[in-house]
Formats: sequence, C-alpha cells, structure tokens
Amino acid sequence: MNAPATDTAVTGRGAVFIDGVSKTYGSGPGAVEALSACTLAIEPGQFVAIVGPSGCGKSTLINILAGFDQPTDGSIRIDGRVVARPGDPPRPGPDRLVVFQHGALFPWMTVLDNVAYGPSRQGRLSRAEARREASALLQRLGLSPLADRYPAQISSGGQRRVEIARALMNDPAVLILDEPFRAMDSLTKQRMHATVLEMHALIPKTVLFVTHDLDEALLLSDRVVVMTTRPGRIKLDVAVDLPRPRGVEVAAGEAFLALKRRTHEAVYEEARRAFEAGERELA
Amino acid sequence: MTAATPAAPRATEAAGQISWPLVGFCLAGLGWWALTTWPPLAAFARLPGPVEVFTEWVSPDPIYGISLFVPDYWLHIGYSLTRAWIAFGLACLLGIPLGIVMGWHGATRDYAGALIAVLRPVPPLAWVPLAILLLPGNEWAVIFVTFLVAFFATVVNTVMGVDSIDRDYFRAARCLGASRWAVLRDVVLPGALPAIFTGLQIAMGAAWFSLAAGEMIAAQYGLGYLIWDSYNLIQYPTIVIGMGTLGLLGYLSSALIRQVGRHLMAWRAQSMGAAV
Repeated sequence: MNAPATDTAVTGRGAVFIDGVSKTYGSGPGAVEALSACTLAIEPGQFVAIVGPSGCGKSTLINILAGFDQPTDGSIRIDGRVVARPGDPPRPGPDRLVVFQHGALFPWMTVLDNVAYGPSRQGRLSRAEARREASALLQRLGLSPLADRYPAQISSGGQRRVEIARALMNDPAVLILDEPFRAMDSLTKQRMHATVLEMHALIPKTVLFVTHDLDEALLLSDRVVVMTTRPGRIKLDVAVDLPRPRGVEVAAGEAFLALKRRTHEAVYEEARRAFEAGERELA
Repeated sequence: MTAATPAAPRATEAAGQISWPLVGFCLAGLGWWALTTWPPLAAFARLPGPVEVFTEWVSPDPIYGISLFVPDYWLHIGYSLTRAWIAFGLACLLGIPLGIVMGWHGATRDYAGALIAVLRPVPPLAWVPLAILLLPGNEWAVIFVTFLVAFFATVVNTVMGVDSIDRDYFRAARCLGASRWAVLRDVVLPGALPAIFTGLQIAMGAAWFSLAAGEMIAAQYGLGYLIWDSYNLIQYPTIVIGMGTLGLLGYLSSALIRQVGRHLMAWRAQSMGAAV
C-alpha cells in the first residue's frame, strides 16, 4: 500500500470503487467499445494519475464517474454509495467535481461568486454565507487578491487554481482533474504542480488526475494507472513510492527513472497501437 | 490600477490624433456638394445641395415647412420613435424567450425553426397588405411589419447565442448542484447575452429600415411618410432632412442598446480592457 500525500488529515471519505465498468457507444456492427471492464479501487485521499494515449477511454471513464454519461455495464461506488450504473440517468453532483481541460469558470461571475456558487445553489448556505466562506477559502489558498476579478482578467494558472478552489468549496469526495494543465507552457505547469500539491496537502481529497504526460503523473501522484488503447482497459497499475516533495533530485534519481522506464514502455506501446489504428478521442 | 495605466497614454494620443469619422463626414459633404454643383453631372442637378439642406434644417422659417423649429417635425419624429420602440420592445419580449427555448429545447427548435426559416425571407413590405387586413387600423400594421423583422433578427441571434455556450459550463453548473432553472438563469442567459445584444442591434437597424418603408405606404405621420410626402410635393430638401433624421435616430437607438449591453456585460468589457 502506498501512503497518501498527507495521512494526518484523511477523513476516511472519498473511497472510489470502479467496478467492471464498460461503455459501448451505439449498437450493432457500428458499435464502438470505448471501455472494457475497468476495475479500480481508490483509497480515500489518494492522488491517482490516469495515463494513456488519446482515444484510450480516459475521458469516457471520467464522464461516467462525473455523471455526464452512463456505463453500459458495471458500476461506480463512492464510499459504498452507487453513483453510476446502467439504467440510471447520469446525474452529476457536488460529491464528484470536475476541473475541466479548457477551464469552466463562469466568465460572467467574479472569482468570488464562482467559488461561492456551489454551496448557495445547493441551498447549503445562504448567498451571503457562501460568499463569506468562499472568501475564507480563497484567503487560505492565497487567492484573495483575485476575488473581485473576472476570470478573463486573470492568468490561465490563476484560473485553474480558482477552479480547483471552486471545486474544493463543495467538500467533494473526489476531485477529478481532466488534463487541466494541457495547454500551459512548461514553467507555468511546474508552478501549477507545486500549487496543486500544496492544495492537496492543505485540503486532502481523493484526486483522479487525467493526463498524457508521464513526468507530470509521476511527480504528482501516489499511483499511476496506465490505460490501453480502445477498448480502454487498465494495463498497468503502479504505486509511486517516492519521497515528497519531489524536486529535481528525486526526478533525476534512479527510483524515479526506473518507474518512468516501466510506465513509459506501457504507455508508448499503447500510443503506437492507437496511432496505427488512427483512433480518435471519444466524447 | 491596471485599468488606469493603459488609459492614460491613449488619452494623450487621442488629443493629437485626427478624428477619422469627422474627416469621413467632411469628405462625404464635399462630394455631395461637388455632385450637385458640378455641371457635367446633370442627373444630380435636381438634388438639393448640402448648404441648402442645412439652412432649411436650422431655419426658424423654413421654405418647405419642415425644420428644427417646426412642431410638425418633432411630431413626425415622435411617431416614428414610438412605433420603432414599440415594435422593438415586442420583438425583445417575444423573441428572446422564444430564442432561448428554441436553443435549449430540441423539439421546439424543430417546430418553430422550419416555420421561421420560411417566413423570414418574406420581405417586410410584402406583409403590409395582410397586416392592414388583419389588424385594427394602419397604425398597428406599420408597427407589425416593423416588429416582424426585429423579431426574426432577435430570435435567430438568441438561438445562436445559446448554441455558442461551451458545453462545459452546463456540466460545471450541474456538478455544482444547479437545478434546471438555475442553469437557465446562471448559464444560458448570461452565456447567450453577447449574441442576444448583437441580435438586438441588428434588430433595431432592421426595425428602422422597415418602419420607414411601412410609413411610406400606410401612415399619416412619421419620417417615412414625411419623405414620401415631400417627394410628391416636390419639397426635395425636406426629403434629405427626413433621411438625415432617420439616420441619426437609428444610430442613437443602436448606441443606446450598445450602452445597455456594455453595462450588463461588464465582465466582457473589462476583460477586453485588460487584454489591450
């Protein structure tokens, strides 16, 4: 077993059990099998990276977990509660929050209103209370100076941090980061990695981090899961038992490189297969 | 702080800069003057020159009876403004909700979309006879044809606005616990607002366009009527006064809508300001 980043504050909430989830789009001869019997048990507070080539079904898996899509087989449980199974209409909720690839802060709301949005819409808090709590959370995460700005007025790094804050505001069981740093330059990315780890240490949550960048996955997570090309299956599941914080020395160390070689081989093989099949990312 | 710094150098720049709109107006006036006074262009000989029109417009005692100092002039303006804004108001009131429902609800779009696609290309003037037959009096007929073009422009742009909203905003709102109504209020409306306001400006332009045409055919007052009446009575400077007034009112109406839009979409204006 690999210890979560911060085992002191883990609440025991946020156990995700993906149980034999399959997804087929369409039916008959034109059917496309996107996911095939994926099983994955994630412990509370664990930071798990899901890596795979484009078209491996990462997005499909995330969409089913988030409640944007339903599985054709299998189920997903969070802390024992079923959140997805065939037949149930897909239902997103504040217990599984997504930070989107291209960012989805509402451009017409200030940072503070964005962060306060969830609790006030769920009726958990009044608007004033939600704003007060949002303000406190922004303060805690060092984002207070951005509170009164509109998303378009802040950098992409700032936007991602605010979006993570907006998700954390709802005390989700699991935080889903869907390639949130994909479009960033490498320096911004490095800063974001540090920031995400700080946030995770401060407010430990189960994190599902989708990426196709292996270095990023190994630097951030407790565990790296490699998926196969379509139909998506779990190909490799390795614990990243490296000391934190993982600075330059760790990244240049023998243990890191051995892990990287092992995972890279698996990812590369799948990427080659996907490339040869000319696969396109689904939904 | 960030807003003030870029504004300062731009202000000083503007002081020393040539006003291009003004240059454009001057050139157009000069061209107009040349066309009406230069002998080889006989076709323009009957056209009133800029000086003639301007003196008539500001004269307390106009030769052809219409100027800034004549109550009738303001009466025509009042009629046209009232009709244009009633038509425009109805277009907003009916067009925005319909556009949103169509953008949001597939079946409604299929029902109403095909109908609108067929009715929209019918020129507004072609509606005048039917409108006169159907509605109580010419007044409502003119308002109806004005409304119609504004309505179509509003609906089409509102649908486009709803379509243009990124799917992730809907997903984010649902994740955060928003009900369907909350999604409508917090995502659909603000997300479609930029396109709605583009539509409203087009609608206002189109409204003035068909209002003048409608007034020429079926009204006793209004600027369109004034223009046509002056043509029949050979009062050429008054025609140009009417045209100029229509242009000014159309421009002011659009500017007003733009201002309201800017006020409602501060998030956009500010982001553009920050980008400059």
